[in-house]
Amino acid sequence: MSEKKTKRRDFLFTATYAVGAVGLGATVWPMIDQMNPDASVKALASTEVDISSVNPGNTITVLWRGKPVFIRRRTLEEIAEAKSVKLENLKHPEKDEDRAKNPEWLVMLGVCTHLGCVPLDQKGDYNGWFCPCHGSHYDISGRIRKGPAPTNMEIPKYEFVDANTIKIG
Amino acid sequence: MKNLIRISLLIVFIVGSQLNSNAAEKAEYLKTDWSFKGPFGKFDRAALQRGYQVYTEVCSSCHSMKYLSYRNLVQSGGPEFSEAQAKAIAASFEVKDGPNADGEMFMRPGRLSDKFVMPYENEKAAQAANGGAYPPDMTVLVKARGGGVDYIYSLLQGYEDPPAGITLDDGVYYNKYMYGNKIKMSNQLSDGLVEYSDGTNATVEQMAKDVTTFLMWTAEPHLETRHRMGFKAIVYLIILTVLVYFSMKKIWSRIETEV
Amino acid sequence: MSEHEYTPKSKVGKWFNDRLPLLTLANHLTDYPTPKNLNYWWTFGGILTFCLITQIVTGLVLAMHYIAHADLAFGSVEHIMRDVNYGWLIRYIHANGASMFFLAVYIHIFRSLFYGSYKSPREIIWIIGIIIYLLMMAAAFLGYVLPWGQMSFWGATVITNLFSAIPLVGEGIVTWLWGGYSVDNPTLTRFFTLHYLIPFLILGLVVLHIWALHVPGNNNPIGIDIQKPSKDTVPFHPYIVIKDGFALLMFMIVFAFFVFYTPNILGHADNYIEANPLVTPAHIVPEWYLLPFYAILRSVPDKLLGVIAMLSAILILAALPWLDTSKIRSAVFRPLYKQFYWILVADVLILGYVGAMPAEGLYLLIARVATAYYFLHFLVILPVLGFKERTIPVPLSITEPILAGSTNLATAKNKDSIINQ
Repeated sequence: MSEKKTKRRDFLFTATYAVGAVGLGATVWPMIDQMNPDASVKALASTEVDISSVNPGNTITVLWRGKPVFIRRRTLEEIAEAKSVKLENLKHPEKDEDRAKNPEWLVMLGVCTHLGCVPLDQKGDYNGWFCPCHGSHYDISGRIRKGPAPTNMEIPKYEFVDANTIKIG
Repeated sequence: MKNLIRISLLIVFIVGSQLNSNAAEKAEYLKTDWSFKGPFGKFDRAALQRGYQVYTEVCSSCHSMKYLSYRNLVQSGGPEFSEAQAKAIAASFEVKDGPNADGEMFMRPGRLSDKFVMPYENEKAAQAANGGAYPPDMTVLVKARGGGVDYIYSLLQGYEDPPAGITLDDGVYYNKYMYGNKIKMSNQLSDGLVEYSDGTNATVEQMAKDVTTFLMWTAEPHLETRHRMGFKAIVYLIILTVLVYFSMKKIWSRIETEV
Repeated sequence: MSEHEYTPKSKVGKWFNDRLPLLTLANHLTDYPTPKNLNYWWTFGGILTFCLITQIVTGLVLAMHYIAHADLAFGSVEHIMRDVNYGWLIRYIHANGASMFFLAVYIHIFRSLFYGSYKSPREIIWIIGIIIYLLMMAAAFLGYVLPWGQMSFWGATVITNLFSAIPLVGEGIVTWLWGGYSVDNPTLTRFFTLHYLIPFLILGLVVLHIWALHVPGNNNPIGIDIQKPSKDTVPFHPYIVIKDGFALLMFMIVFAFFVFYTPNILGHADNYIEANPLVTPAHIVPEWYLLPFYAILRSVPDKLLGVIAMLSAILILAALPWLDTSKIRSAVFRPLYKQFYWILVADVLILGYVGAMPAEGLYLLIARVATAYYFLHFLVILPVLGFKERTIPVPLSITEPILAGSTNLATAKNKDSIINQ
């Protein structure tokens, strides 16, 4: 067999394999993508919450995208405490001003950043939240202070529609 | 090669007999050009938007559209209303939501994520309001009728005075395309019934065509993607088949006998 | 299984293989000696494997989104078609895949009938195949119920009512199947469970089917045993793999055409109407692949006898290795059998056609004649033919037909003339 012929055959086989592999990949993708959030799930983006009945020092919990959102109306002392913490004492340094648009209202995803449990209100060493699963302590700004959780509790996208209504998402 | 011809004949036979079984007892339907037919078929956006208008102003007082959401009006391959338009459309409907903190249901303006509002609370209410006949849900209606779009298009224009010898009960109408010719829906379309915002002349034929196009989309919202993807898939398969064919010839040439 | 012992080259491979001989198995599968004269009708085994895997994969995906509840099933299918990413594609592949599966299995079965692949020593392969076919029909029927459309509901009602034909216990069995007094939610949930189970049973049986095949090896168009493996056979890989692959791609083009351009043509429009226990559709028609048996059922005017006739029409195939008394396998060398074979093919197609038509007048008459002929073929013609038929002399080997100058030489050498005679 001449060298030229060998080359052509190699090219033919390589091309066949390559084209076949592309097709296989294109076929596998829909099977993977079908597990991503579907169009109806993506559409449920926002929820509106009436906060007129929440008194200072109380927290309400609402469901958003299948997860609890804590909405806490903080007292003046709590706000002062949250603002007084020095950033260098924090595991995940964030200013309270960056976490609460309106210092009176803390809107936060009530999910422990360790492994996803829901922390308990007004528990723990820092007068904030305490996760019973693996003992993470959060302060009154929802920042991690002690325990295995790596970051502060997440702040969702939200806005004040009017004085009594918060739109989450 | 002859094998292939035989296999394809077999397929043609199967499909043919299937069509035959579906084709039992139907009048010759009215014909029109559907832009979505054929392997490259696409929906006519303007027709979809007009069709939506006809559905909302005429059909939706009796026929539900329960699998469609307002957000679908925005999605590509559909009527492609702008998001602002669709939001306005959704907000023009009252949607029941709740329960609120007091445990009560309340009404609020519709959002994109809401399903189309139903004209009746339930099937029984729909029957009670329509002389015992349930106006079928329209979402997949064209796929649920043997004649598909041609049938719906013809039916909408098929009202006639009954031929001599046929008497109709109260609330029953004669339609030459309906199965059994008796239909409980009265003739809904008349020239100029809706005023199209794009200035198209709203003849019965035009409205029938527009609303049928809209119903085709509600039944097959991914039709355009399907056609596009199908073309790519088949071209790809043909290329790979040719490559595999030559590879096969190469490999089999290693042994003496031709196979 | 293979004639020479296989030893892996690497130390690790040897260590592993001594404990679990997977490499020996892989080696057997790649080197498996296959008759070199197999034609394209033999590629449908591979195509069927592809169909089974496609159905299982797409089915698993659909089960992630489908809700087996009488109130929600129809809506969940529409949810798959509208909202789930690529849901419409996956569902259309699964729905049309069932039809493609049956198309392939019918070709596979009729190939076997033509070339006598069911005969000694391959009876067990054949019987396992018949069981797989029965399970396929069960899976297809159960799957058709799941979208909970009008045809689903009424098809389920009609088919489960077949059991009421059984004397004494029939009614009890039907109630037991339904889990109530009609087809309803309990029926749907159990049908879903069984529909999920059966493909895996089929998969297990396919392994046995192939195992049983690899004991005697493939039959071939000439229908004679392998004389010299070195001359008459080729290794499965790459020769048969690439050929099967080529045929599979041709098959996939047809498959893709259905999925992308006429995805609903093989289904029935009424199944896009949600199930309604108060209204029966004007024509209840099963899917096309069950039509011949449906025609047999309807052609018998007695309920119990009709059901027996329909079941016998399938089970009679299992007795085929003993009903066919001819020692010659391939129809190529049985001119009379070949005629009757094609009459049988036509008969089954006619049964399928009248099965789709209303059971009245001329259609009913044709269905009765065709049903009678179907049984006549297996119970009378085949046994008698084996004794009476004058066959053409069979060549001595696949590669070396020694009957030089006879018509046989041409047939053995030119495979195209064999299948197209």
